[in-house]
Amino acid sequence: MIDCVENRLLTSRRGLLLGGASFAAWAYLPKFARAADGRDPQLIVVILRGALDGLSTVAPVGDPDYAGLHGSIALTADGAHPAIMLDSFFALHPAMPEFARMYRDRHAAVIHAVATPYRDRSHFDGQDVLESGYAGPGRVQSGWLNRALEALPRGERVSSGLAVGPTTPLVLRGNAPTVGWAPVALPQADDDTAMRLVDLYRHRDPVLASVLSQGLQLEKAASGEDMKRKGGNAVAQMRQVARGAAKLMAADDGPRIAALAFDGWDTHANEGGPVGRLAFLLGGLDGALAEFESGLGERWRDTAIVVATEFGRTARINGTDGTDHGTATIALLAGGAVKGGRVISDWPGLKLANLHEARDLKPTTGLRSVIKGVLQGQFGLSDRVLAETVFPDSAGARPMKGLVG
Amino acid sequence: MARDSQAALVALNRFGFGARGGASGDFINAASDLRGFVKAELARPNGVLLEAPGLQSTSQLGQAVFAYQDQVKQAREAAKAAAPAEAPQQAPADQKPGLRRNLSLNAVATEIAGQMAEAKPADNAAKPESMQPNIAASPAAKPAPQPLNVIQKTFRAEALARLQRATLVECGFTERLVVFWSNHFCISASKGELARIWAGAFEREAIRPHVLGRFADMLKAVEQHPAMLFFLDNQQSRGPDSRAGQNRKRGLNENLAREIMELHTLGVGGGYTQEDVTSLARIITGWTFAGRQGQLGVPGSFVFNTNAHQPGPQMLLGKTYEPTGLAQGEAALADIARHPSTANFIATKFVRHFVADDPPPALVARLRDVFVKTDGDLKALATALVDSDDAWRAPLTKMRSPYEFLVASGRLLARVPEDPGAYLNSLNLLGQPLWTPAGPNGFPDTNAAWAAPEGIKLRLDVAAQMGARLGNNIDPLDLLEFAAADAASIETRRTIERAESRQQALALLLMSPEIQRR
Repeated sequence: MIDCVENRLLTSRRGLLLGGASFAAWAYLPKFARAADGRDPQLIVVILRGALDGLSTVAPVGDPDYAGLHGSIALTADGAHPAIMLDSFFALHPAMPEFARMYRDRHAAVIHAVATPYRDRSHFDGQDVLESGYAGPGRVQSGWLNRALEALPRGERVSSGLAVGPTTPLVLRGNAPTVGWAPVALPQADDDTAMRLVDLYRHRDPVLASVLSQGLQLEKAASGEDMKRKGGNAVAQMRQVARGAAKLMAADDGPRIAALAFDGWDTHANEGGPVGRLAFLLGGLDGALAEFESGLGERWRDTAIVVATEFGRTARINGTDGTDHGTATIALLAGGAVKGGRVISDWPGLKLANLHEARDLKPTTGLRSVIKGVLQGQFGLSDRVLAETVFPDSAGARPMKGLVG
Repeated sequence: MARDSQAALVALNRFGFGARGGASGDFINAASDLRGFVKAELARPNGVLLEAPGLQSTSQLGQAVFAYQDQVKQAREAAKAAAPAEAPQQAPADQKPGLRRNLSLNAVATEIAGQMAEAKPADNAAKPESMQPNIAASPAAKPAPQPLNVIQKTFRAEALARLQRATLVECGFTERLVVFWSNHFCISASKGELARIWAGAFEREAIRPHVLGRFADMLKAVEQHPAMLFFLDNQQSRGPDSRAGQNRKRGLNENLAREIMELHTLGVGGGYTQEDVTSLARIITGWTFAGRQGQLGVPGSFVFNTNAHQPGPQMLLGKTYEPTGLAQGEAALADIARHPSTANFIATKFVRHFVADDPPPALVARLRDVFVKTDGDLKALATALVDSDDAWRAPLTKMRSPYEFLVASGRLLARVPEDPGAYLNSLNLLGQPLWTPAGPNGFPDTNAAWAAPEGIKLRLDVAAQMGARLGNNIDPLDLLEFAAADAASIETRRTIERAESRQQALALLLMSPEIQRR
């Protein structure tokens, strides 16, 4: 329910509206045992809910099968909106120039063909595995980031002054206390949710379908947006959340560890190629990363941002110029602490025989290894804590070395 | 089974506030004994009463308002006396935000809150308890809020007690009846401070005791309640020939008399004339409440002021009422309650609320007969509704009102409200501010009102926010099972299964026809 519309005059639909994004942070300043080297490590985890199409974000343009599989939405290194070549094989989506710049400056990296241990295709369960850090869904109500924090020495509390956000992502929930911040309290339902509901009403309740469609059009008219600019709102939202979060983290007594989630990556239809729906969202993500860079100021030097999603999408596009739920995808690292300028991948190839269940990019790298590597590099957590507490029963997933530091 | 499930949905949603989540077993209980599930609450009239620690009587609350108003007045006078001596205080010079560096977190949070939100920062108290790891906001994040005054505090406490009751009860049929009758005999908190502080007490004292009692008793309790007398101005009405009328050159106010006949009993076209309105207005002159000085009685309590009462016999609806003081009006109300037009008006409205915008005539006729035969026994009326086949057969076409939607959502999510803020704000947003209808005719009761484009869009926004806030912790498919079991459509189930996140799934579930229609 809406929390802060005491006055009906506040129901203006043209206010600053932020939906589909949430931010939460750890409630303590960590007392890192790293005073010796003068570092003040920061970690930001960005969860992309809905399953990001890794093959459209960092495209294996050098793979001979890519263009055929991704068809109408495949990226190319030439044309009106050329993808940005990261090396001779992988190209970055053109909506992400900021990430490209960080990559050139060696402060950003890509891990490709990566996946959690989860091999089914339910968003809910996939996100549960991604965030809980367990091998399967439904095991716990705490996240790996929170358990990592529990292992850190606590410093001063930083909860003062933070308003409560709408939700704490599972990844940061648990025994270690956290604080949240909600940029605004009157978010609108995002377009994707609205369209799904219109679709349901069309089948089950034509009257409501017509009424809601009218309401959505009124909304567009009121905000001066036409229907084509779908996603523009989400872009502004992502930047806004990141800007606010960065400001909070940049304060002297601000949190050093935070998690946020962006929604809307479930691109089943009309995903778009170099421009379109996914491009809008990636532009928002790119803007959010840039906001963190500028907002964190000097702290950026010691910052690592991990961008992860629950799973990938099908290698071959479906019948509606989109992609369905898949398996392996990408993870992105950005920040001054990242040893970047590279795409880390044991590329499985896109030949039919090499695809997971003949449809998805095959996972060759464990996401837990990546995250463990970041946690170890930033906070010095031991192999044992990582394998037993943070990601229980994960001794097989060795921390990836040399990602940050 | 599918048929029983559909009927269970009728039991839960048409008559009640929807299935509760968690381990309630509501759906199964409803499916296994459809009518029994709905009627169980009718056997417990005392269960309709609402008492909670801290909730006070109307006269106590009236005195609290009088005391508060005195305080405000004194403070204002004191300020006025002191003001001319002092120059207005200079506001601290604005610093350029761009020049500031390394502010404390507190300052940053405050600054951001100010910049970002046209709306105010989140009402932290409404934060769900299951999100404990997130620490409640400290007030430092907000511009220091004004402490609530006694009127606001009371309103919130009354709202909370009502919401908690509605969330916790089994079927919720009697709470639905309370809402129906409370809206039928509505007052509006926007009338003034007394109306606001009395809104909850009015319902507790005048409505609840009679929801399973007699219509005539409810009518009398309502029309003699200080909140109604204040809302419809009867405390200002004077008999033109009464001593007070003569002395103070004041006269009749017909407001309450008209609404008694038009909205509370006979209905428009119910056979009364302007003459009857004026006559009833004269009959109930002197019905008022004692003021702050307490000259007439305990401040804030109903009193009959003989000095303001129009002397002499009155002719009303063809019958003469002898000058018996207070009893004159009570006799008139008793007769109006029994009038055939009243039976028809109430039966129609009752069926329209529970069954369909266009109430099935046979069902209306049946309830009207019950009302007449039982001399307005409201329990018999409710029982007849549940016993009828028509009420079960009619398709679930009614839109839930915003209040019903929010309460149903809270029940399904098994969340007992601990702070009414989120509910009150959402009700404001969705056009049904609690106890504050725009006029004495109450909130509308048709789909035309609630299934409107902007309203549904806003409802979706509210659902999306509930999803964002609570989606983390729930399995939306479990909730669909609790709410509708196999009465859920394949399309709804699929829409929820295919949602891109639990958050989105919860929003879609809450907006599904299974939840929105009743």
